[in-house]
Amino acid sequence: MSMQITIRKRLVSRDRQFALDIGFESDSHRIAMFGPSGSGKTLTLRAIAGLLAPESGRIVLNGRTLFDSESGIDLPPQERRVAYLFQDYALFPHLTVAQNIAFGLNHGWRNPRRRELPPEAAHWVDAFGLREIVNQYPSEISGGQKQRVALARALAPKPDIVLLDEPFSALDPALRTRMREELLSLQANLEVPMVVISHDPQDVEILGDHVLEIREGRIFGSGTGKRHPPVYAPLPAHVA
Amino acid sequence: MDAVWVPLLLSLKVAGWATLLNAILGVAAAYAISRWRSSARDVVDAILTLPLVLPPTVLGYYLLVLVGRRGVFGAWLDRIGIELVFTWQGAVLASTVVAFPLVLKSARAAFEGVDHQLENAARVLGVSETGIFFRVTLPMALRGISAGVVLAFARALGEFGATLMVAGNLPGRTQTLSVAIYEAVQAGDDNTANLLVLVTSVTCIVLLVVAGRLVPPAARGVGEVYERRAFRREAVGK
Repeated sequence: MSMQITIRKRLVSRDRQFALDIGFESDSHRIAMFGPSGSGKTLTLRAIAGLLAPESGRIVLNGRTLFDSESGIDLPPQERRVAYLFQDYALFPHLTVAQNIAFGLNHGWRNPRRRELPPEAAHWVDAFGLREIVNQYPSEISGGQKQRVALARALAPKPDIVLLDEPFSALDPALRTRMREELLSLQANLEVPMVVISHDPQDVEILGDHVLEIREGRIFGSGTGKRHPPVYAPLPAHVA
Repeated sequence: MDAVWVPLLLSLKVAGWATLLNAILGVAAAYAISRWRSSARDVVDAILTLPLVLPPTVLGYYLLVLVGRRGVFGAWLDRIGIELVFTWQGAVLASTVVAFPLVLKSARAAFEGVDHQLENAARVLGVSETGIFFRVTLPMALRGISAGVVLAFARALGEFGATLMVAGNLPGRTQTLSVAIYEAVQAGDDNTANLLVLVTSVTCIVLLVVAGRLVPPAARGVGEVYERRAFRREAVGK
């Protein structure tokens, strides 16, 4: 996996001005972005997924240009083959677990049928042990189950990369530890590269090989291996 | 009994068509306005809401000015063979305009209440914008929209002022229930008036009960009923 990203965007609201100016390259399968809330981590992920349009910059994944302000390329989120795990999971409350997981497998105008489970969806249902709850609705299942369903839904359409936005923030501490291990073993067994953002140093240590620290909209430091956090190598001049 | 049946069936026919038109036009307009980022949006919303506050006679007058024989579009409508003044189609037009804001208001609120994160989730999963409307936005807004459509039907059924001005009072052709009651009272025909009033009241009660069942449960999108169901399942499990 290779990833080259430069994103520039100014956000102005009534009482706050924020400038996002992110630039990094990585060929790691496990990237973690770390920083306090409000530092621009989520904005960066949203830009990669195509949910936020940068003013200028370039986003290249595996040699595929998703965004390039100079040549006017801006793929819609639908064509980026990027999976996004939302902080609150954003499961569709009007659809069952099975329908949620199969949601991205057809791109037409109709939702998956209630009692049908296509094989690609069934694979993830079994992988996450969700067989017993496939006919339940998101409001009927627990926090850990919600996260598994959200992951299954994200992985079913075979994305090129998975972006995880604070994946454990909605969980209580005991469950957090367990889900972190689950995600770790998922990383080990899957070919799909992942970008995890978190404000929790523990998440970053366990889930990232390449760690980027973000503060106030900028990459503050970058490190690999077990030397982080909080020790980061200074960035090479051309990236920052 | 024809004195009752004919206006009753005509009223239901007119209100039914008006509701169908509003379900399509009102929902489309509400969706467009809820997505439209422009300062003109509030002005357009205000204009489309006018029928709710204007006296029906004023609306009826506007409609006559627009679609009457000598109206702005009158000659054009005449040429393509559409006659709206003194026809039941005219009554449909009047009822539609009068009830339109009820669908618009509730559908707009329902659309604006849909969590954008869910639409983004669908976007990232590769579903087209049209697909997102039919698979996420519309189902999530359906409860609010249905409530507005039921109200619009009730309003269209009781329409009097604008209908009388546009469609007139032709027994068997444009004389709806409310107009028939007015005429019976004017003519001192108390028996007919009593019967019509009774039938109208019963019809409205029946319709409201039926409509209440048609509106999807509080759950669709909000999760209340699902939670209740989960709770019941848990209770049974123990």
